[in-house]
Amino acid sequence: MSSVPQKNVAKHTSYLQIEGASCASCVGKIEGALMQLPEVESAAMNLAQSTVAITGDAPIATLIKAVNAAGYEAKSIVDSSDQQLMDDKEQADQQYFQRLKREMWLALGLGVPLMLYGMLGGDMMVVTDLQRGLWLLVGLLTLAVMVFAGRHFYVGAWKSFANHNANMDTLIALGTGTAWLYSMVVALFPLAVPEMARHVYFEATAMIIGLINLGLALEIKARGRTSEAIKRLIGLQAKTARLLRNGEEVDIAIEQIQQGDILRVRPGEKIAVDGVVQEGSSAVDESMLTGEPMPVAKNEGDELAAGTLNKSGSLLYKVTRVGKETALARIIEMVKRAQNSKPPIGRLADVIAAYFVPAIMIIAVVSALLWLNFGPSPQLAFAIVSATTVLIIACPCALGLATPMSVMVGVGKAAEAGVLIRNGAALQTASKITAMVLDKTGTITLGQPKVSGIVLAQAKDENEVLQLTASLESGSEHPLALSILASAKERGLSLASVQNFNAIAGHGVAGQVNGRHLLLGNEKLMRDNGVAIADYISTAQTMAQRAETPMYFAVDQQLAAIIAVADPIKEEAIAAIQRLQKNGLRIVMLTGDNRATAAAVAKKVGISEYFAEVLPQQKSAKVAELQAQGEIVGMTGDGINDAPALALANVGFAIGTGTDVAIESADITLMRGSLHGLADAIAVSKATLRNIKQNLFGAFIYNIAGVPIAAGILFPFTGMLLSPVIAGAAMAFSSLTVVTNANRLRLFNLRQH
Amino acid sequence: MLMINILGLLCIALIVWWFWLYKPTAVVAAEQGPFTVLVANGSYQPARIQLPAGQATTLRFIRKDASPCAKMLVFNDLDISAELALNQTTDISLPAMAPGHYGFSCQMQMYRGELIVQ
Repeated sequence: MSSVPQKNVAKHTSYLQIEGASCASCVGKIEGALMQLPEVESAAMNLAQSTVAITGDAPIATLIKAVNAAGYEAKSIVDSSDQQLMDDKEQADQQYFQRLKREMWLALGLGVPLMLYGMLGGDMMVVTDLQRGLWLLVGLLTLAVMVFAGRHFYVGAWKSFANHNANMDTLIALGTGTAWLYSMVVALFPLAVPEMARHVYFEATAMIIGLINLGLALEIKARGRTSEAIKRLIGLQAKTARLLRNGEEVDIAIEQIQQGDILRVRPGEKIAVDGVVQEGSSAVDESMLTGEPMPVAKNEGDELAAGTLNKSGSLLYKVTRVGKETALARIIEMVKRAQNSKPPIGRLADVIAAYFVPAIMIIAVVSALLWLNFGPSPQLAFAIVSATTVLIIACPCALGLATPMSVMVGVGKAAEAGVLIRNGAALQTASKITAMVLDKTGTITLGQPKVSGIVLAQAKDENEVLQLTASLESGSEHPLALSILASAKERGLSLASVQNFNAIAGHGVAGQVNGRHLLLGNEKLMRDNGVAIADYISTAQTMAQRAETPMYFAVDQQLAAIIAVADPIKEEAIAAIQRLQKNGLRIVMLTGDNRATAAAVAKKVGISEYFAEVLPQQKSAKVAELQAQGEIVGMTGDGINDAPALALANVGFAIGTGTDVAIESADITLMRGSLHGLADAIAVSKATLRNIKQNLFGAFIYNIAGVPIAAGILFPFTGMLLSPVIAGAAMAFSSLTVVTNANRLRLFNLRQH
Repeated sequence: MLMINILGLLCIALIVWWFWLYKPTAVVAAEQGPFTVLVANGSYQPARIQLPAGQATTLRFIRKDASPCAKMLVFNDLDISAELALNQTTDISLPAMAPGHYGFSCQMQMYRGELIVQ
């Protein structure tokens, strides 16, 4: 660790690909060179992969320079590796699919004719010597099928057995192995087996191997579809960009782009990395990231996100983030992580799955013993068939797949709508929310208030009021302050300096400008400071009823003016809130604004329950209050001012603005400003949980019903045992059914408004 | 018949002991460098890994198993998951952990392993 003091910024890790490093001593040199940089906190090289991971906040260019100075070539590793990874995976899946398909045909090639022979009345018993010889030959052919088409089951079963582990391979290997061994004993030593039990089951072994390979092959295809959403996101990454260098434009690979580079993007091209517009204006389609269908206007100073599409004009932009740092890369990372995390609902299935296979083996033995002890003749044949069928029909995979497959699809589906779900737990809780707390500013309203009117009291003209208040607020970031500053700027007013500035949370601000004592804030602030406002209260109330926020402005303890600031309600807020209410959610609005403004906004959007004049620190108390009433509370806010309330809520929703994602701050991030994202998030989580429940129910019922039937519980009624071949087919398709059901979620229609 | 029943019961006892009761000794991860775990033939090798408490470590997984089951690696207790690329190494950085047992598995709990932190 270097001696740099811990900075108050999020540490990030950068990766470099090193060329020319071939020995252990290179590692020390490269790491040493990087550690010399004051911004670098740690550098760790992986010689095997020739990569180095650096934590700290040094720009990539500086890091590369340091490595170059040490005598090695370095380049930044970016997300084309994601693409590479995805391609590799698809190729591997494809190869595996082809192999399974070959093995399936081989196994079915033997199994189907044998089975047809049996079904058409062929004799599967070993009676004559000729039959013995023929069945021995079939037995050897079956062995070949087992070796060439089913080898992976047996090897897998053996290896996991050696590791004191058992899995699906174990069940299949035991089931098919038992059937084959028994049949071989019958064929080789028929006299050792009671006459009635001299039946062979070679067709079962071959058919089961074929069917399960078929199931696995189809499952691979179906599973590929579950990751379509992430594939689409990865595909958004551009491969090259046009770099402006010494007045010339050159095409370079995206890996070579560095922070601070100036890039050109022409209409119809993808934006390669994150940056800030330097020159030009255009409309950019960000729908692939945010779900916002309308292109967003981009002018000088606006941020651009990698993967979005430039529509109309040519832009020059300065690179701010590359590689793993871009919003797109972070979104991909987050979606991947969420897709692989498991909601609590899946835990029970996990616990059961962990004990499942040995339990099934025990049931198979018990079943065989019961048939041997109490079964009708031929006991041995019944015992073997029931044990084999139990082993084959049990499907731990369906159980294990039920949750992850749905989460995979559900999280991906949400991401397509610009809803980033942090993990499975958030997904599950979001489906159970009963009350939704909405912060007014920035959630229901645009969060960009504008000065909508000024009523003069002691002051002589509006410009004076604006000049003084803007000077007072010049350092403030508060949205109301920004509206005044914007208004002053519009009128070309020059600002004076402010002394003794004091922000009183939830009340307003105080300070001195040009030697005059200024107060700007709400009624409480005026009363607390003894400013007479009685004559103007009705004016303020009228403003408030129009959903404008009145700000009292006093100069030297005299009321000078009231400034009305209005924050327009988002267009789709009313419809989105109706969607939420239709879902049975109790909607509660919180705002720091006064009662009358709050009432006006609440009425406009159709919310009956609201709390006004809530100080920022009281927001979490309101959340706690609702929780105490037994509600499962969702809280929606901007993710910065509302962080404590978001953290306390059962599910915190951060409402973003475009691609500026506050990824770590909330359970669910809505990248689009629209409240529809909120309704979408809840709809997706409900649909996903419903899907998981269907899957779990199906998998449980399948096993709970299937295993006893295989053991022969229906025999007293039907006089028949389930055929191992049917069990094999059921098993092969049970997990496929689960994956297919999860895929159904992809068709779930989000926009139901 | 009696013999067969006894054999059957022995068989059950063997299953219970082999899969549930028996705990192979954990392989102790060396202090230095990432510890390699092979993912092959339906299992993690080694499946029980002993790690020092209170110390961040790196596990390097090498997936040789083409079955899609081997793809996901999940540390449920640690909220860590990763996709293992076939025939490639994947490094998993583990935070410093309190003493205890931490399971890891594939998505479906068929491949299972355990970290013994002490």
